[in-house]
Amino acid sequence: MTEHYDAILVGAGHNGLVCAALLAQAGKRVLVLEAASQVGGAAVTREFAEEFSVSACAHLLYQLQPEVCRDLKISPPLAAENIPTIALAEDAGHVRIAGAAVEGVAAEDARQYRRFHKRMTRFARLLRKLLVKPPPRLGTRSRRDLYALARLGLSVRSLGRDDMREFLRLIGMNIHDEVRERFASPLLRGAISLDAVLGTHLGPRSPNTVLTYLHRLAGNSGRVAVPRGGMGMVPAMLAQSARAAGADIRTGTPVRRIVVDNGRVTGVETEAGEVFHSYTVVSNADPKRTVMRLVGARHFETRFVKRIHHLRAQGNAAKVHLALDALPSIDGFSDRDYGARILVAGDEDHVERAFNPAKYGEYSSAPVIELAFPSVHDESLAPPGQHVMSAVVQYAPYALRGGWTEAARQGLFDVVIETLARYMPDLEQRVVASELLTPVDLEAEFHVTGGHWHHAELALDQFLFVRPVSGAAQYAMPLDGLFLCGAGTHPGGGVSGAAGRNAAHTILNRGKGR
Amino acid sequence: MKSEPVHQGRIESPFYARQKALDTVNEWHQWKGYTAANELYCADTEYFAIRNSTAVFDLTPMTKYRITGPDALAYLDRLVTRDMTRIAPGRVAYAVWCDDAGQVVDDGTIFHLREGEYRLCSQERHFGWLQAATIGFDVTVTHETDEVAALAVQGPTSYSVLSNLGLAGLAELKPFSLMQVRFKGTDLMVSRTGFTGDLGYELWLDPARAEALWDALFDAGKLHGIRAIGTNALEMARIEAGFIAVYHEFLPADETVRSGRSRSPFELGLGWLVDFTKPVFNGRRALAEEWRSGYTWRLAKLDIEGNKPAHHSYVFAKEARNRGNIGFVTSAMWSPVCKKNIALATVRTPYGKPGETVWVEIFYQREMHWNREMARATVVDKPFWFPARRSATPPGRN
Repeated sequence: MTEHYDAILVGAGHNGLVCAALLAQAGKRVLVLEAASQVGGAAVTREFAEEFSVSACAHLLYQLQPEVCRDLKISPPLAAENIPTIALAEDAGHVRIAGAAVEGVAAEDARQYRRFHKRMTRFARLLRKLLVKPPPRLGTRSRRDLYALARLGLSVRSLGRDDMREFLRLIGMNIHDEVRERFASPLLRGAISLDAVLGTHLGPRSPNTVLTYLHRLAGNSGRVAVPRGGMGMVPAMLAQSARAAGADIRTGTPVRRIVVDNGRVTGVETEAGEVFHSYTVVSNADPKRTVMRLVGARHFETRFVKRIHHLRAQGNAAKVHLALDALPSIDGFSDRDYGARILVAGDEDHVERAFNPAKYGEYSSAPVIELAFPSVHDESLAPPGQHVMSAVVQYAPYALRGGWTEAARQGLFDVVIETLARYMPDLEQRVVASELLTPVDLEAEFHVTGGHWHHAELALDQFLFVRPVSGAAQYAMPLDGLFLCGAGTHPGGGVSGAAGRNAAHTILNRGKGR
Repeated sequence: MKSEPVHQGRIESPFYARQKALDTVNEWHQWKGYTAANELYCADTEYFAIRNSTAVFDLTPMTKYRITGPDALAYLDRLVTRDMTRIAPGRVAYAVWCDDAGQVVDDGTIFHLREGEYRLCSQERHFGWLQAATIGFDVTVTHETDEVAALAVQGPTSYSVLSNLGLAGLAELKPFSLMQVRFKGTDLMVSRTGFTGDLGYELWLDPARAEALWDALFDAGKLHGIRAIGTNALEMARIEAGFIAVYHEFLPADETVRSGRSRSPFELGLGWLVDFTKPVFNGRRALAEEWRSGYTWRLAKLDIEGNKPAHHSYVFAKEARNRGNIGFVTSAMWSPVCKKNIALATVRTPYGKPGETVWVEIFYQREMHWNREMARATVVDKPFWFPARRSATPPGRN
């Protein structure tokens, strides 16, 4: 006798947990199966060296949606919020960005940045409205979809004539042209360029990198926080909320396949051979893994499978974790500065040049880096007086030519240390232990195809109504009973919970108002 | 660097030289890269060979794909709308395949050559679509149009002609069946299939032995009125048989640009090929929805009064033209064998049910001047031409 559930969630990433909690709150009998030994997916805190812990994938919180916190009645404790960003200079002339204010640049640049920030924030607010709702379907006569499309048009129009023009001009544009037009400071240009491409397989000259910049900004107007206890704290609270609502969450239970019988989903089978029954299976896994591996392409129709097959989902960001016996010295840094989000990106061309080798399957020899010392805010992550550094290193392509051999990994790691040593001359002496996670490692640890943060590249052709693919952008897959709720769906990655929340609403509203 | 010479211009079929030798009118056209005869004598003479004796048509340019691999059956079953698990080795299935929107990509025949090995034949090329459909299946699709020479041998005396070749098992070969025989030291596949709606066969073999087959065939058919034919005569026969043809009754869905210009199987009278008991096939979800909500078009076979072919005519519900048209004729002809003015038409639902009367607007020219006539037409259910010999097994000798 197999157990029957109203819904089974495959994966307890933050989106899966949000979805599970909302379904459970609505009175559904919910089971969540997670392969890893703890919940959170790519939002986890774990030890990487004895007594040193780090947020293993996502490391800063900037997109968690207030709606999610409200619905799940959680408020994650923050070790620091609204932390500034510092773009490192080799000559100690660092550029400090906090909200709309920039220090370390000429007055004209500071003024320009204020205007730029104001406008971008305005556009991001518009985008945010879209993120917290399932996208409307195109090409239907459903009143709900047409109404949603009309509202979308209206909200763009309501920006006013000039801003609407500007929005439509910018949205498909690359960030490189935009920063070149506006700012004289190379570090400022580099910082904005890096923010636009973090976690993507895009360079600042790639199309729609203004959109990716806005996407990042849309989460929480660009405000960055460090949760107490690392990123793992957020899913832990989500899981608590889901359990309180009655969801059954089982970790260490990898799902082998989603069971399909006579053209509809009927449950899941675990690697251990256990079968759980449900007519609603919600996959928190990425679209490719869900369709090609968990379900199997043959249960879908050709065009859909082809679109999923061609979904661009190859990660290009590596994580480097360093255990440090003390903070490294950085010229021109005050104690407070170590609590900032720190960027290594000389200018926009540095970012683009770092991207160049990745196009040909090589890692950057002069990478761009986003790093933080989370232990500055949260002493629980390292032994007293000691610290951890968490760095996102770009670019390190998933499909490295010749593969991620030990030599290639060492090569990338050396390049990272070398790059950082230019700003932190004593870094190497401070390192007690280290860890490098290439996209291949991220794929293996977090079960994300291609090791891509966003499960699928963030680009206009994989965005909104066509995310992950056209015809399946509303969480419901073209197989009865199957839903997606992860970053591969609208609105994409980042620890926001919006995809999980939208998916839950879609599932609960099935059959209504169409 | 030495480069291979690339073939330029139209490809000559392995039967080209034999056809050219018989040709009296020099009327050729291009068919998927091959040069193919419109007519070799005159279409009417050739048409009567189909209906009264034996016609031989060069089928080589028809698109052929070999489908092999452990998942060949599962692959085809997902590809087409009908249940392929019922098609045993040695059987042939007429099938239609759709895109995800339930719109017809093409129709064709699928030959179950031997266990797990198939040949899919169609008018158009579909390698891209067939290849896309392999994702997730352990299957290989090979384009083999050029590797297989094919002849259609059709007409009331075709059984006698082929019997004269001494093909063992021919008498027992049922419609939509195939058999493998040896012929002059080579493998010859014989299938009881065709596009004429009459008794007939199709022969498939190695192009190197094509001329030998042709010669033996014409020798065997000397006293049975055997005649080589071109596409024009075949076109007449297929309209009488009520068969749809791509670019006449429908466009491949992937080639349409405007919405509403593609067709579902229901709209082409092929609902009988759609098997909803299969849990998944391309177009299933869309077709199930269409089945619930209704479809737009219906394929109607029209028996029209008078003798003026209704080429390109509008179809009306009422005789008075200003009441709005309900569709258009896609293929039309005066049928010599039925003695009827017939047409295939695309008619908007709910019109076009069998037994209904509709009106077609026929334009015709008399000494330069155009005339118009509203002709009454009856929608008929059955093919215009369906002789008992088409399915009689064993067929009679003539």
